Amino acid sequence: MTSVTFDEALLPAHWRDFVALTKPRVMTLVVFTGLCGLLVAPGHIHPILAFTAILCIAIGAGAAAALNQWYEADIDAKMKRTANRPLPAGRMDRQSALHFGVGLSFFSVILLGMATNWLAALVLAVSILFYVFIYTIWLKPRTAQNIVIGGAAGAFPPVIGWAAVTGDISALPVALFMLIFFWTPPHFWALALFVKTDYAAAGIPMLPVVSGEVVTRRQIWAYTAIMAVAAMAPVLLQLTGLVYGVTALLGTALFAFFAFQVYRRRESDPTRMQPERRLFKYSILYLFLLFGAVVVDRWVLA
Amino acid sequence: MTPDENEKVRARQKSRALVMGLLLGALVLLFYGITIAKMGGN
Repeated sequence: MTSVTFDEALLPAHWRDFVALTKPRVMTLVVFTGLCGLLVAPGHIHPILAFTAILCIAIGAGAAAALNQWYEADIDAKMKRTANRPLPAGRMDRQSALHFGVGLSFFSVILLGMATNWLAALVLAVSILFYVFIYTIWLKPRTAQNIVIGGAAGAFPPVIGWAAVTGDISALPVALFMLIFFWTPPHFWALALFVKTDYAAAGIPMLPVVSGEVVTRRQIWAYTAIMAVAAMAPVLLQLTGLVYGVTALLGTALFAFFAFQVYRRRESDPTRMQPERRLFKYSILYLFLLFGAVVVDRWVLA
Repeated sequence: MTPDENEKVRARQKSRALVMGLLLGALVLLFYGITIAKMGGN
């Protein structure tokens, strides 16, 4: 035995790689929308229990992300953007990621059930299972509409936040669910237009890869129209007041303006895709604005 | 494993144990808080 290179795989994974496995950056929007659902719900919740509920939503989202990467390690290895994640880079063995994800899933669901109520815990469990089984395993490798239905997983947090306080699910949390659900396609496909991720090499049928750029632009516009209806629904159904109504109207008008520009353009060079980048960046701000407005609305009225 | 590699593994284990300890400590505090909230809440 001479000069054996030290195998990184023999090392126990670094704790930072377990954190990376939970995709902390994706979590911010999940935590924020969950918090908004919790804040607009009628009734009282002890601040410590509210904190615990949000913590459980975050941990559940992290668990789902870990399980997603456990399942997709081979696919991630084929794409430049994801090749440096802990599993494809060989800094962690797959079984650790599986145990970590399953463990966090059970932990978050049980803790949420004990701290708040079991309806909230059930919705959290459904959202994790939906993300892992319906989206990651079933739809993502099969259909170009994968992210449309998969977006439902990201739409659950406000429902969970609401249910943690009230123990029920009424019209407003469902409306907020619909808003995130129909927001996801234009948000994601705007990104897919200018980030030419090598989905084709990995065998993932993302819309721009399967149907081309023109169809993607058309679908962004179509889903923006449906999203606009979902955005105005809470105020039209009188679930929220004027603050939300005005914010949603102006915010959605700007969203539609950016989406229309993207719809009309024909450009396949990512370096010249400023409007597409603008739509993507604005879409994130848009969701923060509208959810913030729901909270302000509820607190101004009260 | 050479002594050098052994050192590396030990260092990694130590940092993981430290983080785990901190997390468990935080959990103790959280569960204490939840208990108090649950007892006084109603």
